Amino acid sequence: MVSLLKLLKSFFLLELLKGLSLTLKYLFKPKVTINYPYEKNPISSRFRGEHALRRYPNGEERCIACKLCEAVCPAQAIVIEAEPRPDGSRRTTRYDIDMTKCIYCGFCEEACPVDAIVEGPNFEFSTETRQELFYDKERLLANGDRWEDEISKNLQKEDKFR
Amino acid sequence: MIKLTVDEKEIEVEEGCTVLQACEIAGAEVPRFCYHDRLSIAGNCRMCLVEVKPGPPKPQASCALPASNGQIISTNSKMVKDARKGVMEFLLINHPLDCPICDQGGECDLQDQAMSFGASKTRYIENKRAVEEKSMGPLIKTNMTRCIHCTRCVRFSTEVAGVNDLGALGRGENMEITTYLEKSIESELSACVIDLCPVGALTSKPYAFNARPWELTHIETIDVMDGVGSNIRVDTRGNQVLRVLPRLNEEVNEEWISDKTRYAIDGLKNQRLDRPYIRNKHGALEPSDWDTAFNKIKDGLSKVPTNKVASLVGDLVDVESVFSLKLLLNKLGVENLDCRIDGAEIGQDGRSGYIFNSGISGIENADALLIIGSNPRIEAPVLNARIRKRYLKGNFPIGIIGPKSNLTYPYQYLGSNSLDIEKLKNKSNSFHKILLKAENPMIIVGMGALVNDFGSIVLNFLRELSEFFGVVQKGWNGFNVLQTAAGRTGALDIGFTPSKKGLNAKTIFSEGEKGNLSFVWLLGVDSKDVLKLKKPFVVYQGHHGDVGAHIADVILPGAAYTEKSATYVNTEGRPQLARQATYPPGEAKEDWKIIRAFSEYINNKLPFDDLDGLRNKLYEDFPHLSFIDEIKKPRWSKFGTKGKLKSFELNSTINNFYMTCSISRSSETMAMCVDQLNRKKLVAE
Repeated sequence: MVSLLKLLKSFFLLELLKGLSLTLKYLFKPKVTINYPYEKNPISSRFRGEHALRRYPNGEERCIACKLCEAVCPAQAIVIEAEPRPDGSRRTTRYDIDMTKCIYCGFCEEACPVDAIVEGPNFEFSTETRQELFYDKERLLANGDRWEDEISKNLQKEDKFR
Repeated sequence: MIKLTVDEKEIEVEEGCTVLQACEIAGAEVPRFCYHDRLSIAGNCRMCLVEVKPGPPKPQASCALPASNGQIISTNSKMVKDARKGVMEFLLINHPLDCPICDQGGECDLQDQAMSFGASKTRYIENKRAVEEKSMGPLIKTNMTRCIHCTRCVRFSTEVAGVNDLGALGRGENMEITTYLEKSIESELSACVIDLCPVGALTSKPYAFNARPWELTHIETIDVMDGVGSNIRVDTRGNQVLRVLPRLNEEVNEEWISDKTRYAIDGLKNQRLDRPYIRNKHGALEPSDWDTAFNKIKDGLSKVPTNKVASLVGDLVDVESVFSLKLLLNKLGVENLDCRIDGAEIGQDGRSGYIFNSGISGIENADALLIIGSNPRIEAPVLNARIRKRYLKGNFPIGIIGPKSNLTYPYQYLGSNSLDIEKLKNKSNSFHKILLKAENPMIIVGMGALVNDFGSIVLNFLRELSEFFGVVQKGWNGFNVLQTAAGRTGALDIGFTPSKKGLNAKTIFSEGEKGNLSFVWLLGVDSKDVLKLKKPFVVYQGHHGDVGAHIADVILPGAAYTEKSATYVNTEGRPQLARQATYPPGEAKEDWKIIRAFSEYINNKLPFDDLDGLRNKLYEDFPHLSFIDEIKKPRWSKFGTKGKLKSFELNSTINNFYMTCSISRSSETMAMCVDQLNRKKLVAE
């Protein structure tokens, strides 16, 4: 009896029709996909995207070369070298992030005592060559300048949870 | 012995122990800032509070409390924990908590102890104190806002270094540590205050912001800046030596090192020889490769009779290199070889005639000291600190024949002429009685007395004097030669001295100047005399482009002391192992490897292929060198030559402490120190 039913089901292509009806149903429902890159989804203020080095409002770079981010980085993607600047303050002479090593865990921004290194909202930084993903200090500071508005807004939003 | 209980554990300690020491013996951890084993007790940080019964019902500072019978001490009761938390809170009131920009961060006592014993939150909302920066010279960076007033630095400079340059002004919160007149500390040990400072108030200026402690690789090795052979720890990152710290060795340097030891390392980056060089037809040195260089040496050596070949080794050369060079020269039949490039007449008969027989720690057992022809303060600052330590214990008359200078302890000045040594034999001489009466008298002979044409006669005279005064007796040998070169004792042990027919260093220089020599092999020789060797074919093997490289026809690049695994014998005759911390730059190689490779070019292959093979051969020939860190006391023997003492002035062989070797001459930090010193002299004039 059971085998007869099975035979009938497959003879009338019942399961195929079931699937096609589901497809047909979604054809008349509103779309959930978006037209990327012309449309974009909203992202969380905690989103961990491309790195940036921030500056104080007066233009002074925030990073003080404490090397805590370098120490905490689980992928060892950060390399820092430092020396006294002519005015005696502690600054980096080199701040490199290897974006191919980075796993975007966000430990660096968590470790930073002065909110200098942050992972901003930008996720569209794909490149054509591998070399372009070895970020140096200049590139990171430029990122910071470009994304400062969004970054500071996000940081403010998250302030009470930190 | 005193019996007491620490944390329910009964222990016995010696009379005169403090409670803190007793706790340490019992294995209980007591936090502290101001207390230090080698300094006097101040009791001003209050961090070492413990509960002591019987006694007043309050916590007591254990560092300043003598241990006594029947005390019951607890180091982890609630009262103690609360007291520590309170003290820590007070200490942190005026501490800026700028750990991220502080060089001490990661190796800071205050940071560590605040984590283990402090509260997790601050309740302090008022303004913090800020203190003006102090200037302490080119070595010490100050940030006095961070100071917690433990006064370790003040106690170090007055007690160990023996200079009253550091002090505290003001009281309470307004107290400030200062050099009074904003000058550098006039001591060769000044940078030790950086190690002592439990916070980041005094940090190292040349190392400022260079690295974090967790990035560094530590290699325990031996220093070569003076004859003491201080035990050091070299911190490296990548292939770069970033700093040098002292390592504890009670027998040698305790836990101090001189400023030169600590800061000459930036000389390892400058003026390095990183590939072989050959002098071309126009008289200029041009880069080359090993093959050409070796062939050129082979050509230079081929037609020369062995009596026209000479070889000298310098002050920083390790035992292995000297040994390989000696084996090679012996095979070639060369007899003109010497390691005493300053012309000191020592080392040809009897080991007891050129080492520091009593040992450096032996100074503490002496009860009278005569220093001849030496300024130990600049020749061996760490050893001088040991003499001062003995002086502070009291009852230690010190006499000096030689240069007059501030040695950080008072002494009886007996003249500066060699004939003043002879006068010691007169009963009317003021120091005669002192030496006779002393049970363990000691004589320290510096190179200043031995580097002249009568050195051997002086040595003989001093030997007789020592026997006369009982400097050498059963169970005590106080006859000490203070070597100034790290490699000298080792080279003398190997016997890198001319045979009876051979020429010594002095004659090699003079004969070379006249043109009577055809070929000279210099292994790390950088004394000024080298410039005399313009006529012969000169091979310079070494690590810095210094004096020796200037006159060389062929330069073979070698390794500096941090770049090779090697043995150094210090002035006591103690063989110590230096370990490789970094690699030599460019094509440079370890010196013994160069010699071994060259031996193959002239078909005189040396009988070893690796360091182990070399050491086995070395230990076979010189068994006493296999006892690393141990001194094999030599038998007292006859040394020196008989003769009449001639009159000459005894001066120290070193007049500029900061620049004594090719490494320190290439160091920018040392140059800054010299500059500082010169400016001070100008001001004084």
